[in-house]
Amino acid sequence: MEQTFDVAVIGGGAVGCAIASALVRESLQVVLLEAAVDVGAGTSKANTAIWHTGFDAKPGTLEARLVARGHHLLTERQADFGWPLERTGALLVAWDADQLSRLDSIIANAQANGYSKVEVKSASQVYELEPNLGAGALGGLLVPDEGLLDPWSIVIALATDFVVNGGTLRRKAAVTGAKRAAGAHELQTSTGSVRATWVINAAGLNSDVVDRLLGHDGFTIIPRRGQLIVFDKLARQLITHVILPVPTATTKGVLVSPTVYGNVLLGPTAEDLIDKSATGTTAEGLATLLAKGRAIMPSLIAEEVTATYSGLRAASEHSDYCYDAFPDQYVRVGGIRSTGISSALAIAEHVVADLRERGVKMAGLAAPTTVQIPNLAESRMRPYQDAARIAADPAYGRVLCLCERVSLGEVRDALTSPVPASDLDGLRRRTRALAGRCQGFHCGAMITEMTSAWSGHSHA
Amino acid sequence: MPDLPQPTDEDVDVVIIGAGPAGLTLAHALGELNIENVLVIDRDTQPGGVPRYSDHHGYGLRDLRQPLRGPIYAGHLALRAVKGGARIMTEATVTDINATKRTIEVTAPSGRVTIKAKVIVIATGCRERPRAARLVPGTRPAGVFTTGWLQRLVHLQHGSPGKRAVIVGAEHVSYSAVLTLRHAKCSIVAMVTERSRHDSFTAFNIGARARWRFPLLTQTTVTGILGDHQVAGVQIQDAKGRMKVLDCDNVIFTGDWISENELARRAGLVIDPGTGGPAVDARLATSAPGIFAIGNVLHPAATADICALDGAHAAAGIADYLGAPGSWPTRSLRLRTEGPIDWVSPNLLPPTARTAARGKVLVQFNERRRLPRLEIVQGGARLWSGYVPWGIPTRPVPISDSWLAAVSATGPDPILRVLP
Ligand SMILES: Cc1cc2nc3c(=O)[nH]c(=O)nc-3n(C[C@H](O)[C@H](O)[C@H](O)COP(=O)(O)OP(=O)(O)OC[C@H]3O[C@@H](n4cnc5c(N)ncnc54)[C@H](O)[C@@H]3O)c2cc1C
Ligand SMILES: Cc1cc2nc3c(=O)[nH]c(=O)nc-3n(C[C@H](O)[C@H](O)[C@H](O)COP(=O)(O)OP(=O)(O)OC[C@H]3O[C@@H](n4cnc5c(N)ncnc54)[C@H](O)[C@@H]3O)c2cc1C
Repeated sequence: MEQTFDVAVIGGGAVGCAIASALVRESLQVVLLEAAVDVGAGTSKANTAIWHTGFDAKPGTLEARLVARGHHLLTERQADFGWPLERTGALLVAWDADQLSRLDSIIANAQANGYSKVEVKSASQVYELEPNLGAGALGGLLVPDEGLLDPWSIVIALATDFVVNGGTLRRKAAVTGAKRAAGAHELQTSTGSVRATWVINAAGLNSDVVDRLLGHDGFTIIPRRGQLIVFDKLARQLITHVILPVPTATTKGVLVSPTVYGNVLLGPTAEDLIDKSATGTTAEGLATLLAKGRAIMPSLIAEEVTATYSGLRAASEHSDYCYDAFPDQYVRVGGIRSTGISSALAIAEHVVADLRERGVKMAGLAAPTTVQIPNLAESRMRPYQDAARIAADPAYGRVLCLCERVSLGEVRDALTSPVPASDLDGLRRRTRALAGRCQGFHCGAMITEMTSAWSGHSHA
Repeated sequence: MPDLPQPTDEDVDVVIIGAGPAGLTLAHALGELNIENVLVIDRDTQPGGVPRYSDHHGYGLRDLRQPLRGPIYAGHLALRAVKGGARIMTEATVTDINATKRTIEVTAPSGRVTIKAKVIVIATGCRERPRAARLVPGTRPAGVFTTGWLQRLVHLQHGSPGKRAVIVGAEHVSYSAVLTLRHAKCSIVAMVTERSRHDSFTAFNIGARARWRFPLLTQTTVTGILGDHQVAGVQIQDAKGRMKVLDCDNVIFTGDWISENELARRAGLVIDPGTGGPAVDARLATSAPGIFAIGNVLHPAATADICALDGAHAAAGIADYLGAPGSWPTRSLRLRTEGPIDWVSPNLLPPTARTAARGKVLVQFNERRRLPRLEIVQGGARLWSGYVPWGIPTRPVPISDSWLAAVSATGPDPILRVLP
């Protein structure tokens, strides 16, 4: 049998990539096993992309603590990776008397979570902050530190960091079985077996299945679908903050939010399902969103829709993350439901601390390699705007995707990077090519051909 | 590729954004008027616009008075523009317009430049509404196309969309998709439309369906896309609510046009609520002095020759403007619409313009009408009324521009409406 890794991380979403990157930076031999053709192709690609403070989390939970810490760590590590963050602030709006009466308890909840910057706003102040809101807002709360993040770049940055610092990434490696032999785990995957002393389960929607493969049975995932509508970039000027509803017991509710890419999001729905692969949209779901969107911001609905999608929250029967470290050298990181991008770095920090406490020998890398992730955010300079960069390499001056202003240079980089895109979807997440308003009318054929040529796959 | 402008602020007389039939024809017409410093910019690798990859007959009828295949037509227009003295810059993308400074930002392999122009012309064309914008639910597999994507795939990339296609839409361009699919040896499972019949020429419909034997399913809605990685079927629902799955491996969403209006909106031009494009008057001047617009960015979607004739027409107004930019009359009335009308173009009415492109104003119905009668009124006065040959959604119908001279500059906004 080949090498025994110190740690095998199962699942290459935001959480698994964050953990893998943190561990490899502690000089451990780490393998990251991802079932899909790409990292970040599960729930981490299809969410609302809010940079949560955790003000509304349930006080005392691990989730509340890790989201707050993760929010901070995203800023702290921004210089290393270059991912965009925008502190737009969130405006939580009360639309009826009952909701208005619940604002006090939301402030109290935030304070219990150690967050004391929530500001009360009158109805007129609410409209001053967001003039395009629909009629009927009675008041609200401003949460100044909520904002926007770029889930795609965060995952790619962390996976890249992992690989350039010596980690072993195996894509298309679904873990299908596990046994223990000679003090280590032996994992069967769809592309060969892997030995590792420790196993970390960050398998998202499948974390309950993997938990059972590893001889545990701690929780059951109940996928909760969220459908979303992405509006055209021309709608971006309608809105400044993340506009939140007053949350209910089961969901944060339907929000309207800008994105770092310069679009506007409307969603998500919250539907409990059984099927973990049901990531399609439905007519009812989209109709519900449009109706809510029309009430929240009527002018938004007049804009063109660029995309619709849905993601599945890995909810469980527990009202917290399903986290535990076990004596059989297994760490469960399951049920990371609706805050996992914001908390990913804190979850990773938590895992590192837990392993260290359990005697795993670590030593921070003396000179870790850092790789800046290409910028997809509208708030910063994009390659097409960068005269110096184009002068140095004309490929950045050849715009292939007009809607999203994606250059040939960026497409080439994404297809040849340390964690290269292997399909159109992966290319879209790394560059935004084909993610724009024309959805391939102009550039679809050319970009598909380029992707096939570079990655050696064929895509119809 | 011709020489690209190097200085960061080159001055040109006229910059035309978009080298489609409209932009290329304008470039040629400006040459005929001895306006010399004309630059046409296109983001594509070659000039020509849509016809460059729409490889079938039917182009050039009204403007060149001969039937040509798309690529031949595109090549002819480009050559004529260059011979007339225009420079064409390809692989160059205009990313912004400043209407007050009259500058544009351009990204090209040769650099990122700002170009200042006396006149800026927006000729960016239109696109088809893609699946997501139509809110068609379901999964997101590969194999979902628009005609534009399909035609580039087949005619420029020599690829194939699959073996069995469902075409969504039954307007002119849908039959253009039929030709392209057959060229790619892809069979057609069905053509599906929500309307009660197709909106193209009867001859196209009967001809295509008799030759390639596919059903036209009217009053039918696409209610879902199926398939994991590749399209595995399309779910449809008929007028009686019956659901059915069509077995196919690709879907082509055709027509349902959207003006490529991003630059016009970024420039802050008045946008016509009907067309979605910049509002223009009969000279094809927009709400901002020195900024003109032509082609399908104005009226999505007329045929290519009509777009080309916009270009030919705009040259005179541009020459007037260049001659005396200071005395350019801009106060405009809006031409409003009532009844089953999607849009009218042109839709601004300045005090002076007397003739429209081809002497025609285009009207698009959003409901089928037999031999409809229209009228234009201003205040209490009827400026014009008359019958038009058709009222068919997706097929703009021309009306006379003879009434333009009767518009009172001081009156209220005129209204175009359908008479019972
Ligand atoms: C609608 C919606 C909105 C959300 N909004 C936000 C938000 O605004 N802000 C925020 O911070 N969070 C948000 N979230 C939550 C966030 O998206 C998730 O918490 C986060 O993506 C979880 O990451 P993960 O790595 O645990 O899971 P995933 O991204 O799902 O990754 C798990 C990975 O494991 C792989 N895998 C599964 N089984 C196996 C196996 N047997 N072997 C190998 N690999 C396997 C999968 O292929 C997958 O790639 C939202 C979620 C949803 C659904
Ligand atoms: C798939 C399809 C099939 C059609 N079939 C027919 C047919 O059979 N017969 C017919 O008569 N008509 C047909 N039409 C309609 C008509 O031909 C086109 O809409 C017509 O070409 C419009 O001419 P245009 O000059 O306005 O725009 P286009 O031909 O679309 O040209 C616009 C040009 O602007 C460029 N451009 C856009 N934005 C920028 C930017 N920001 N910077 C730089 N360049 C830019 C584009 O690259 C493009 O070359 C079809 C249209 C489509 C989409």
